[in-house]
Amino acid sequence: MDKVVSAGKAVAAIESGMTIGIGGWGPRRKPMALVRELLRSDVKDLTVVAYGGADVGMLCAAGKVRKVIFAFVSLDFIPLEPFFRQARQNGEIDVMEIDEGMMLLGLRAAAWKLPYMPTCLGLGTDVTKNNPDIALVDSPYDDKQWVAMPALNLDVSLLHVDRADKRGVCQVRGPDLYMDDMFARAASNTIVSCDELVDTETFHAGDQARYVHWERSVTNMVVPLAGGAHPSSCSPLYGFDVAHFKEYNGFAKQGGFAAYSDKYLAGSEEDYQQSVGGLDAIRSLPLPVY
Amino acid sequence: MSSSAENSSGQDYSLAELMVCAASEAFRDDGEILVTGIGVLPRLAASLAMKSSNTDIMMTDSEAWLLTEPNPVSGRKPSQPQAQETWMGFSRIFDVVWSGRRHALVGPSQVDQFAQSNISALGGSYDKPKVQMLGTRGFPGNSISHANSFFVPAHSRRVFVEGECDVVCSIGYNPARLPRGYQFADIDVRMVITDLAVMDWGGPEKQLRLLSLNPGISVEQVRDNTGFDIHVPDKVPVTPTPDAEQLKIISALDPANIRARQIKDNPPGDRST
Repeated sequence: MDKVVSAGKAVAAIESGMTIGIGGWGPRRKPMALVRELLRSDVKDLTVVAYGGADVGMLCAAGKVRKVIFAFVSLDFIPLEPFFRQARQNGEIDVMEIDEGMMLLGLRAAAWKLPYMPTCLGLGTDVTKNNPDIALVDSPYDDKQWVAMPALNLDVSLLHVDRADKRGVCQVRGPDLYMDDMFARAASNTIVSCDELVDTETFHAGDQARYVHWERSVTNMVVPLAGGAHPSSCSPLYGFDVAHFKEYNGFAKQGGFAAYSDKYLAGSEEDYQQSVGGLDAIRSLPLPVY
Repeated sequence: MSSSAENSSGQDYSLAELMVCAASEAFRDDGEILVTGIGVLPRLAASLAMKSSNTDIMMTDSEAWLLTEPNPVSGRKPSQPQAQETWMGFSRIFDVVWSGRRHALVGPSQVDQFAQSNISALGGSYDKPKVQMLGTRGFPGNSISHANSFFVPAHSRRVFVEGECDVVCSIGYNPARLPRGYQFADIDVRMVITDLAVMDWGGPEKQLRLLSLNPGISVEQVRDNTGFDIHVPDKVPVTPTPDAEQLKIISALDPANIRARQIKDNPPGDRST
């Protein structure tokens, strides 16, 4: 089986109105090249589920988004994602703001084909008040009130990994998988971009297979995109691009997303990479120290 | 009196160091639990506790590993080894959070009379906030699962608001919001450490209670900068000043002295002069 496709072909599977999940966390291991391909499409009215960073900010700024399901949208060292912030403050998007753990439970429910997961998360806060669609339920086993976190069923998930083979065996060697395995399982169509396309034999050596966190049947499409997480990180291959994020943040104050888009997104992905210094420059971005 | 603050050994200490030491006390009796300090000073407070008052504490590298020894908050080189003892990625953090075996020290943008807090958004309407901030992050789940303390570097009525927080991100002691089957005893909002004072929620009906005043600060200053009534006991001691050993540990944990940049103008710990 060969699941390798181009970014254009993969993103063509996304239709207006769909619910898409985006893996990674804040400025870390985001499938940014796939997001850029989505920005080039005419898709709109998306519902986006993410531990959000510039992926969410860019899609909001480009008018692709109807609703964001989120617990945070942040670039970490720049705490507030500038374009998500603008979209919220202009009242341009619907939101479902939930706890970080509720998002994990919603993805698990979808992955496990459950309608909801019972939890105490969100009780007593504005999460339940601002989301009247999230039901409060009784338990058959006690007299407490419980939140029924609904399954976050995804039409498509977009993920980025270090390495994959053509059959969809995906490897993440960075220190954290984030919730990518659940994003993969919660989606009908899981699209994975990879920094390196490798032979299956690569995973046979030593403990390489220990860094493969879901089985290949969960992966529907594989898109080789070296440097495809830029400007987010893909540890251990490269860190996030602090200078680029600062410039991006600056565009929110002056020029707007249109100016960022004109400078970086007008051409192809190759043009983009050239404009940020090329793949070698991306691969030499230092890993963050916390 | 000297213009700078001195402890009993005659050493200078800054307000940041005073607050770090005061906040580290929050973890003294926690036993073997995961402690998380969000931000430089809260992380220093947790690290100081792990190096002194409670060596059983567990702490992460703020990324994906649980550490035997806390990492310094400054001066670390890329690929510098760290004392990691197990994997603790974000999904596993939730296993710990939901078990209740964690105490987080966080810096909310708003805190109200009910011990509720906000990091999500300010002003306007929920559909169109005046200022969008982070989002609720893990506050809802943390607050109903385990102990939480608040670290507030600029104690003011903008932080300690009248009424309720603009967005209630964490559950507190608000009878109107208490879920069915819950009691106040199920919620554990612990200490509040500010630039003016140390407080907890041990007043009548879980009212915010003044525990100690930072050196040179008066009860009136605390009252004037708090948007709701607080409980003031008859006798309010002065917050203990950092001792020589604590200052030595802090210095080793922060060799580049980034703690000096966390509070505006890095004031001395005693503000009586």
